Amino acid sequence: MTAPLREALPALRAGGGKAFVPYVTAGLAGVDAALLRGLEAAGADAIEVGIPFSDPVMDGPVIQEASRRALEAGATPARALALVREAGLGIPVAVMTYLNPVLAYGERRFLDDATAAGVSGAIVPDLPVDEAGGWVERCRGAGVAAVFLAAPNSSPTRLVAVASASEGFVYCVSTYGVTGAREDLAASARSVVDAVRPLTDTPLLVGVGVSTPEQAREACAFADGVVVGTAIVEPLLRGRPDETLERARAFRAATG
Amino acid sequence: MTAMAAEVSRPDARGRFGAFGGRYVPEVLVPALDELETAWRELRTDPGFVGELDAVLRDVVGRPTPLSYAPRLSERLGYRIWLKREDLAHTGAHKINNTVGQVLLARRLGKHRIIAETGAGQHGVATATACAMFGLPCAVYMGEEDTVRQAVNVDRMHLLGAEVVPVKTGQRTLKDAINEAMRDWAANVRDTHYVLGSVVGPHPFPWIVRDLQRVIGDEARAQYAERVGGLPDAVVACVGGGSNSIGMFTAFVDAGVRLIGVEAGGTGRGAEHCATLSKGTPGVLHGGRTYLLQDEHGQVLPTHSVSAGLDYPAVGPEHAWLKETGRAEYTSATDEQAVRGFMALSREEGILPALEPAHAIGWLLERPLPKGSSVAVCLSGRGDKDLDTVRTWLAERGEP
Repeated sequence: MTAPLREALPALRAGGGKAFVPYVTAGLAGVDAALLRGLEAAGADAIEVGIPFSDPVMDGPVIQEASRRALEAGATPARALALVREAGLGIPVAVMTYLNPVLAYGERRFLDDATAAGVSGAIVPDLPVDEAGGWVERCRGAGVAAVFLAAPNSSPTRLVAVASASEGFVYCVSTYGVTGAREDLAASARSVVDAVRPLTDTPLLVGVGVSTPEQAREACAFADGVVVGTAIVEPLLRGRPDETLERARAFRAATG
Repeated sequence: MTAMAAEVSRPDARGRFGAFGGRYVPEVLVPALDELETAWRELRTDPGFVGELDAVLRDVVGRPTPLSYAPRLSERLGYRIWLKREDLAHTGAHKINNTVGQVLLARRLGKHRIIAETGAGQHGVATATACAMFGLPCAVYMGEEDTVRQAVNVDRMHLLGAEVVPVKTGQRTLKDAINEAMRDWAANVRDTHYVLGSVVGPHPFPWIVRDLQRVIGDEARAQYAERVGGLPDAVVACVGGGSNSIGMFTAFVDAGVRLIGVEAGGTGRGAEHCATLSKGTPGVLHGGRTYLLQDEHGQVLPTHSVSAGLDYPAVGPEHAWLKETGRAEYTSATDEQAVRGFMALSREEGILPALEPAHAIGWLLERPLPKGSSVAVCLSGRGDKDLDTVRTWLAERGEP
């Protein structure tokens, strides 16, 4: 039995390990059960499976393009969940999507079907914690860890709310702006982690703009792990899943 | 805003209009929205701010705009039609009411850079104008498709000193321009204010833009009372995102007046329209819960309208609420009706209207109201930007 997200990452942290969590967009060519298993074999501690949305305002050009292609190819939430089920991974899977597809599916039904498919975490970046009262309750009821984002400019009060609502991990947004490559890991990544650390024992993962193994290593010096999306998805846009797996191994090696 | 006497209790403290509105945005934008909300709560009734804004509206924008009687059209249709002449506001549309207010607000917040989205280009021009007036750098996101069909407004923005950023994602129209503006804002939120152009988006934008546009209806109600006495039977305005219509409706919500919003019915075939309130379902887009044109999986659908300014798959949350409560009625006019409206107003009243309010006129041409009705129509903008579109339309159909 696979450990759910809310147990797996805290256990890893307790043992001094650092988490490497790659993101892939479901429905994009090359994102199949074999790729997910390949990411597990490359050493991922969990996988974020993106359910594409037509208007991904949190995402930069690479994930936007991946979402567009996936939707054009007929991606739906149901197919994304079927992919997770088919992959049958030994590591936890979190879904990442926007609020509207979840509302259209029906929140409760979405969580039930996700759980049945083996999903144990959910990230909805356009659902901030103060709008998420009902969502958090439904996630807990379904046994799905609700993950919220902490931003460099979040007020102390908001960080308390984010830290207490998040299960599995807290998604520490490293910098201002959308997902995508950055030259440097922003200093704000560290300040976000430092600000959330005293508020919770839940692992703190840095994401948005972690684009090289070197940056991942840097982040793991102060955080409990990294989420890597753009760098993992980009080779898939060129039809190179082999390169995605190669990069995953490099990130794994860098995070230790 | 001198006439902001009748206080409206919506939205509630959480930015809701009934079940609609709210704030569904990435965490990084929440602090900026909090800051805006706090500032607006204070400034909207602050005598210094209101005085500064009123002076700009009077001396630069040219307010109050006239309420003109349309005698020939009235006689032909059997109505008494009054036109609220936002086409005569500086830059040629109602959009300037909002942009000067928000740029003054941005100055109070100490933001040094302005961004905006635009569809037809009117909001972009109005934002560029306000930025030129106050010496702020301005970037306007505009769908590539719209930069072509509203090329004149792209030139105007350039000449006013703004940077126009063509957006090449999605359908390359207004919705995609808003996506891109929100991405810019998320990256630059510390020093940048996003001048959203309609009563859409996350709280507090639908509230701020409503407050800044209600001058249209406040003036119209007072002008009507003075010229005619009492109230019109109906108030009619086009609805894309819904800023001119909310601006017009707000003054009449508490009165016994029919409020009628006319959406873009597009070609009249299948899904080729943007009649969000008439044919959409509730969902969340651009930070607010409202009516949307979406498929069964919650993906936002492509839209079509002859007018770039109405070409949007969502609508302001206050309109969603006005629809749900039955206080306002929403209908639609096709591309063809809009062009007919454009021609009628041009030839019978000597006014070239923008294609957006031409939808409201086109709807009236079908005589949908009881004979003898007195109607106040918001003529939200002038038609210079649409001359090519209309000429092409007529030429394709062999009409002179």
